[in-house]
Amino acid sequence: MAISLLGKKLGMTRYYTEDGVSMPVTVIQTGPCVVTQVRTLETDGYTAVQIAFGDMQARNSTMPLIGHDAKAGSAPKRHHREFRIGADEVASYELGQELTVDAFADHAFVDVIGTSKGKGFQGPMKRHHFSGLEASHGVERKHRSGGSIGGHATNLGTGPKVKKGKRMAGHMGAERVTARSLDVVKIDSEQGLLLVKGAVPGHRNGVVEIRTPRRLYAPKARKQTERMKG
Amino acid sequence: MGAQQIIESVNQHQLKTDLPKIFVGDTVNVHSRIIEGEKERIQVFQGVIIARSGRGINETITVRRIVDGQGVERIFPLHSPRVAKIETIRHGDTRRSKLYFLRDRVGKSRRLRDRRRKLKHTEGVKLSQR
Repeated sequence: MAISLLGKKLGMTRYYTEDGVSMPVTVIQTGPCVVTQVRTLETDGYTAVQIAFGDMQARNSTMPLIGHDAKAGSAPKRHHREFRIGADEVASYELGQELTVDAFADHAFVDVIGTSKGKGFQGPMKRHHFSGLEASHGVERKHRSGGSIGGHATNLGTGPKVKKGKRMAGHMGAERVTARSLDVVKIDSEQGLLLVKGAVPGHRNGVVEIRTPRRLYAPKARKQTERMKG
Repeated sequence: MGAQQIIESVNQHQLKTDLPKIFVGDTVNVHSRIIEGEKERIQVFQGVIIARSGRGINETITVRRIVDGQGVERIFPLHSPRVAKIETIRHGDTRRSKLYFLRDRVGKSRRLRDRRRKLKHTEGVKLSQR
């Protein structure tokens, strides 16, 4: 079953396995999330579940949102997110249900989605990994330039324009990024913590989505089926 | 609880509580667990601690020794399960926290004087014979 939860990236540390291998882990405060709405085929024409995460003072929320959360029997929540689910899974969710990190207990891998750190306006070398121009041999003032952007009628057939999607300098970061198939190192259900191996998109205290992995490469898929069995 | 405190609480389970008091300048035996396939054995590395860095779970010591006239330095994470035991052999007297100057020393000048100061909290450790 596909599960998605909201969480907060707390930061990174290291984790020693039993044989002493040190690995970098990210600590994610996962849930508890409340189901604030269940969308069904009859009422909405599609199936999805809306969950909410993070406490908020009522005076900082709005009346419509307070009412919406109250319908699920919940205090006002800060973050609401909707996830599409299959029509057969709708029955397993009900309004006001609480979802915790234990939902991932029998999963060896998860996907983590976050908003990457904003890098501002960046040149093509940093933004698209261009090589830049040469350091010498007559190059002046253009060492980090992206070079030629092509003829202005290329592939368009019409008029004096640069081809659409041409990679150039521009705003970088602060976009939705998915870190796929991260190892679940440890689950602390007491504190609602999830430890995943490696880095996770976004800054500390950023909101992230944690979901069951969409696709796994064969070796990881085998590991997952073993985990499910044992 | 703040984010940093939660992370500290995660680390707390992994920290060793039985670490001996060790100081920069000490000569130590570091027993490290070497895992070769199924087998496990202990390897001892003896040398002088020339640096101690990091905090909490990231704390490490740099141990320097001379092997066949060649200086060898190893960095041990103090809280790693691979570091089985650390024994202090002698306390060296030193005034700095990083003994990188030892890298340039040759012969007798490489040795550190035995420590006489501030030894009250390291009772039980014998001063080596002068």
